[in-house]
Amino acid sequence: MEGTGRGVVVRRMKATRFMDQERTNMSEGLRNMWAISRRELGGYFNSPVAYVFIVIFLLLNGFFTFSLGYYFERGQASLAEPFFSWHPWLYLFLVPSVGMRLWAEERRSGTLELLLTMPIAPWQAIVGKFLASWIFLGIALVLTFPIVLTTAYLGDPDNGSVLAGYLGSFLLAGAYLGVTELMSAVTRNQIIAFIISVVVCFFLILCGWEPVTQFLVNHLPDGVVSLVKGLSTWYHFLAFQRGVIDVRDLLYFGSVMGFSLFATSVVLRGVRGA
Amino acid sequence: MITVENLVKRFGAKCAVDNISFEVKRGEVLGFLGPNGAGKSTTMRIVTGFMPATSGRVTIGGHDVAENPIAAKKLVGYLPESAPSYPDMTVGGFLAWAADMRGLDGARKASALQRVTELCFLQGVLHQSVDTLSKGFRHRTCLAQSLIHDPEVLVLDEPTDGLDPNQKHEIRQLIKRMGETKAIVFSTHILEEVEACCSRAIIIDRGRVVTDGTPEQLKAKDDDAGMVTLRVHGVDAGTVQAKLSQVVEAGRVTASAEGTRVVARVEARRRGEGGDLANAVAEVVHRERWRFDELHTEEGRLDNVFRKITRPDSARS
Repeated sequence: MEGTGRGVVVRRMKATRFMDQERTNMSEGLRNMWAISRRELGGYFNSPVAYVFIVIFLLLNGFFTFSLGYYFERGQASLAEPFFSWHPWLYLFLVPSVGMRLWAEERRSGTLELLLTMPIAPWQAIVGKFLASWIFLGIALVLTFPIVLTTAYLGDPDNGSVLAGYLGSFLLAGAYLGVTELMSAVTRNQIIAFIISVVVCFFLILCGWEPVTQFLVNHLPDGVVSLVKGLSTWYHFLAFQRGVIDVRDLLYFGSVMGFSLFATSVVLRGVRGA
Repeated sequence: MITVENLVKRFGAKCAVDNISFEVKRGEVLGFLGPNGAGKSTTMRIVTGFMPATSGRVTIGGHDVAENPIAAKKLVGYLPESAPSYPDMTVGGFLAWAADMRGLDGARKASALQRVTELCFLQGVLHQSVDTLSKGFRHRTCLAQSLIHDPEVLVLDEPTDGLDPNQKHEIRQLIKRMGETKAIVFSTHILEEVEACCSRAIIIDRGRVVTDGTPEQLKAKDDDAGMVTLRVHGVDAGTVQAKLSQVVEAGRVTASAEGTRVVARVEARRRGEGGDLANAVAEVVHRERWRFDELHTEEGRLDNVFRKITRPDSARS
């Protein structure tokens, strides 16, 4: 009896030790990731690029919302049409400009070798870099808060839909950023990374953009059209923009990011082997 | 600490590393020599876990680099070729980042930073951003990064490239000093460096190891190694040649007049008998009462050996 009892205790101790090991690995992983994110974020804010970007982002947001979005003329206390509906187009250029350097610059300057010979798993670097840029985009997005205050002052907006809109906008930026990070790993030239990212993101908008889907409906079977539409960031962003948080849309954005980060790791493996 | 077994790396049809094996123990400094494009950097990239090998095995401190990369990388400090660093960071910020990546924090981080700053003479530039630095400082910044966790294994790809003679000297001293307690591999094509700080050297050419030995062993491969040079005056070249040719240990003897002096070169009949040959020549000088101002045995020169074994025609045969 005593013997078996001890056996259980030993086994349990082994299990705890194993879990401790796992936990240290996990926390080590997070620490590494954060070290990478912090360096990237520092890189943004140490150079004028971050401030220029934020200023341009806010100016364009204002311009689109008030001039092209007829914010005042609408007379509605809603951000969906005048504000969020422009984000797919705004991000089309701004997100690639934030993310284009992520890997291209490391490849060009040779620091890739330094980074990937550090005792870290490649995914930690990939996710760390992604998070840094995403946080940066998040900061820029949060700085659009005066528009919310204005709307709240002028009318009585639905706070839920505003939050959903912001969430959708943030996820949309993340999806574009994933694509950009992947393209940035493909080349050592930032400009090429930027251009390919814009093109790919543009297609992701187009395949769900109404004028295009209207056209497709006339030429392709329904199944294909809805499949194409389902791949579009535009289509999935639409729900958020209207204030609806649908699990399917969350899944869509999650998988675009997940897939592109995974593809980044595959590309990087090729870069290291080549 | 480092074992490399039958390492092969192919890029398409090109074989950059062709079945290289070597071992580096603690306390050894291995010089990695070879012409440009011989596969030095590729080998180092595989050893440090940056590149996967096509076949073969690399272990560091018992950890297989391919199977257990993180454990292996923890033991290694690496200075890549061209010493890259992040240009938008300050030197201090960059080193702090390297410390973070190596899992150092708090007091350990602070003391590590101070140690490498002093080792690499970076005190004056800690707050300067990397892109404002001269090449020598940038190089030392990256070197400091590789030393931050006081690694047991150091892999340095051309550590003295782009430094001025004083800095080269400092870095060589540093490598030599650290070599007493660590396993170090460094590549170079400056041959005097090998003599200055290596306990062993490997010459590779077209992805293959062509020689492996101590610098002395390598130098002995020089055709001139063991040859005795004698400079005398007051005698004519013909006499010198005739007398020296009678020496039993001597092989080919040449003597020629240079101004008022005669310079004779005596090759050993058999290689590796340089010491006896010099004695025999000295006896002749003594017996004949020649006045001489130079008598020495050629040790062999690494650059001759290097050229001999990495020359395209010798590699082809």
